[in-house]
Amino acid sequence: MPSEELIADHVLEFPGGYTRTTGPVIGRFLTELRDGRIVGVRTAGGRTLVPPLEYDPDTGEAVTGEFAEVGPAGTVESWAWVSEPRKGHPLERPFAWALIRLDGADTALVHAVDAGDARAMRPGLRVRPRWRAERTGHITDIESFVPEVTRIVSPVRAEYRVKPGKSLARFLEGVERGIFLGCRCGSCGKVYVPYRLSCPECGVAITEEVELPDTGTITTFAINNLPDPRAPQVPFVSAYILLDGSDIPMIALVGDIPAHEVRQGMRVRAVWVPEEERTASMSNIRWFAPTGEPDAEL
Amino acid sequence: MREIAVVAFAQTRHSAVDEGLGEAELILPVLDEVRERSGLRKFGFTCSGSCDYLAGAPFSFVSALDALGAWPPISESHVEMDAAWALYEAWVRLQHGDVDSALIYGFGKSSQGDLREIMTLQLDPYYLSPLGLDQVSYAALQASASGADRAELDEVVRRSRAAGRDNPYALDLPDPSGDGYEVEPLRPYDVAPITDGAAAVVLAAGDLAREVCERPAWITGIAHRIDPHYLGMRDLARSASAAEAARAAGVGKGSLDVAELHVQFSHEERILRRALEIPDSTVVNPSGGPLAANPVMATGLIRIGEAAARIMDGAANRTLGHATSGPCLQHNLVTVMEA
Repeated sequence: MPSEELIADHVLEFPGGYTRTTGPVIGRFLTELRDGRIVGVRTAGGRTLVPPLEYDPDTGEAVTGEFAEVGPAGTVESWAWVSEPRKGHPLERPFAWALIRLDGADTALVHAVDAGDARAMRPGLRVRPRWRAERTGHITDIESFVPEVTRIVSPVRAEYRVKPGKSLARFLEGVERGIFLGCRCGSCGKVYVPYRLSCPECGVAITEEVELPDTGTITTFAINNLPDPRAPQVPFVSAYILLDGSDIPMIALVGDIPAHEVRQGMRVRAVWVPEEERTASMSNIRWFAPTGEPDAEL
Repeated sequence: MREIAVVAFAQTRHSAVDEGLGEAELILPVLDEVRERSGLRKFGFTCSGSCDYLAGAPFSFVSALDALGAWPPISESHVEMDAAWALYEAWVRLQHGDVDSALIYGFGKSSQGDLREIMTLQLDPYYLSPLGLDQVSYAALQASASGADRAELDEVVRRSRAAGRDNPYALDLPDPSGDGYEVEPLRPYDVAPITDGAAAVVLAAGDLAREVCERPAWITGIAHRIDPHYLGMRDLARSASAAEAARAAGVGKGSLDVAELHVQFSHEERILRRALEIPDSTVVNPSGGPLAANPVMATGLIRIGEAAARIMDGAANRTLGHATSGPCLQHNLVTVMEA
C-alpha cells in the first residue's frame, strides 16, 4: 500500500449544458411562463394538468390541445423546510419546497416558497409567484412563490412627559433612600404600600406615613415567557408580594431562584442596587429574592 | 411459468467511506462468493445494475465486466437502475427456457460524489431538475405529505440501526439522537447513510436450482409497477404502484415471515407497509435495511438477497424483497419467495 492515498478531483460536466427540445406541450407552458402567465393543459377527462404533460398520467392518453390559464395564486398542499440552502437551490436564504395547487389546476406544482420562516408555512397557505424581471422560458422564470398579503404592520408611537403625582413622588423618595414608604388609613386602619394620599376603600384622605421593612411573602405569581425590557431574563417571575406590616401586596420581580421553584407563601427580601447607583426609581430594586426562612401561612 | 429460485447471495461488508477499491475490485469478492456457493462458474445470462453518475464516468459499468471473465463473449446485459431490476430482467430471460442460470450483481460507491445532487439528475429536466430539487428535499416533501409522526420515525430508525449493528455487513450506527433538521420534517438520521458496497445473486431454474442449493428460495411472484414521475401528479402519502406490484406478485396469498423493504428514508416504511399490506406479525428489515447500509444500486438487490437468505438458511418459509427506484417511491418491484 502506498503511504499516501492517491485522490484526484473529477468533474462531470456538459459544457454549455444539454440542448433539449420541449415538444408542443411543455414548450407552450414555458412560452407562456416567459410572458408571465401559467397555463395548464386539459385532459380528455376534463382535468387540468399543471405543469402540463403530453400524456395524461392517469390514462396514458394524449392530452387535448386545449390550454387554460391558471393561478397565478395557489394553495400549499404540503411543504418541507430547507434551513440551509444548497448551491443548486433556487434561493440562498431558508425557504420551503412546496406542492402548490394553483387556482384552476387539478394537480400540484413543485416549487419554492419564500416564506422567511418555517412558522409561516402551513397547508392551505395562499401563495403567488414572484416573477423574475428577465424571463427566458424556464421553470425558474418564477423565482419563487411568496405568501399572499394577509396582514400589515402599523407603527404606533407617541411621546409624553409625565410626572408621578405627589404620592408616588413621595414613595420614590423613600425608594431612593432604600426604604418602602406606606401609609395607614385613619378610618379602616389598613396599611397600603406604595404610599398613597387616600384610602380606596373608605374614600378618605390618609395622613399617617409608615416605613415598611423590605421583607415580605409571595401571595401569588406568574411565570412570563415573553421578553420584557424590565426583566433580567426569560422566563422571569412577577409576583404579588405582601410586605411585612402591610395589608395590600405590591407587584415586583422575583429573582435568584429558578422560575419553577417559586411558590405561594415563600419569604422574600428586596435586592437593592448598590447605594451609589440609587435614584428615585423602582429600578433601585433589582427583584425580590428568597430569604430562606420557612414559608409563611397565607 | 418456469420455476426459478435464488440459490446464492453474497454482499460486501459495506463501508461508509471510500476504501480505495475500484469497481471491479469491489465486485470480484462477491462474484467469487456466489460462484463458490452455487458451484457454478458459467452462467446462461449475466445482468448488472449500476449508475454511471455515481462514478461520473460514462459506461463505467463496462469496466466492471473485468471481474466477470467475459471472454469468449458471454450473454450479458446491464440496467442503469438498482440491480433488483437486473434480477427481474434475468428472471424474464430465464423464462425463455433456453438457459438455466443467471448471475446478477449490483454495485455503487456513493462516497465519491454528492448523492443528494446526483439524484437531482434523475428528475425530469424541464420542471424539477432545474429547480435544484435534491434527494433529501423531495423525500422531505413526501414525509410532510404523508403526515409522518416523529415518534414513529424515530422508532423505525432506532430499530433499523439496532438490527444493522447485529448485521456484520451493515454499518455500525448509534441510536438516533439530536433534534436538528436536514430538511424539515426529516432529521439527518432519517436519511439512509452514504455507503459503498456491492452484492451478487445467482438465479437457477428447476432441477438445476435443486441440485446446487439445499433449500432454494423459489420466486413465486415478481412484479414491478410505476407511478407518474411528477410529484404533484400523485398522492405522495400513498404508493399506488407498490400496492399494484404487491397484488400482481401475490403478496397476500400466504403468510409472510420476513419483509425486506427498500426504505431509504424512515417515513417510507409506513407508506410501504400499508401499500404492501404487510401484517404486523411479519419481521420487517431484520438486516437493518437501507437505513443501516445503503450501497446505492445494490441496495434493492440486497433486499431480495436478504429475504432469500432467510429461506435458504431455514429461518423462514415465505419472504418478500422490495426494491424502489425514482423519486418518492415512484417505481416499485416486489418479489415473493417461498421454501
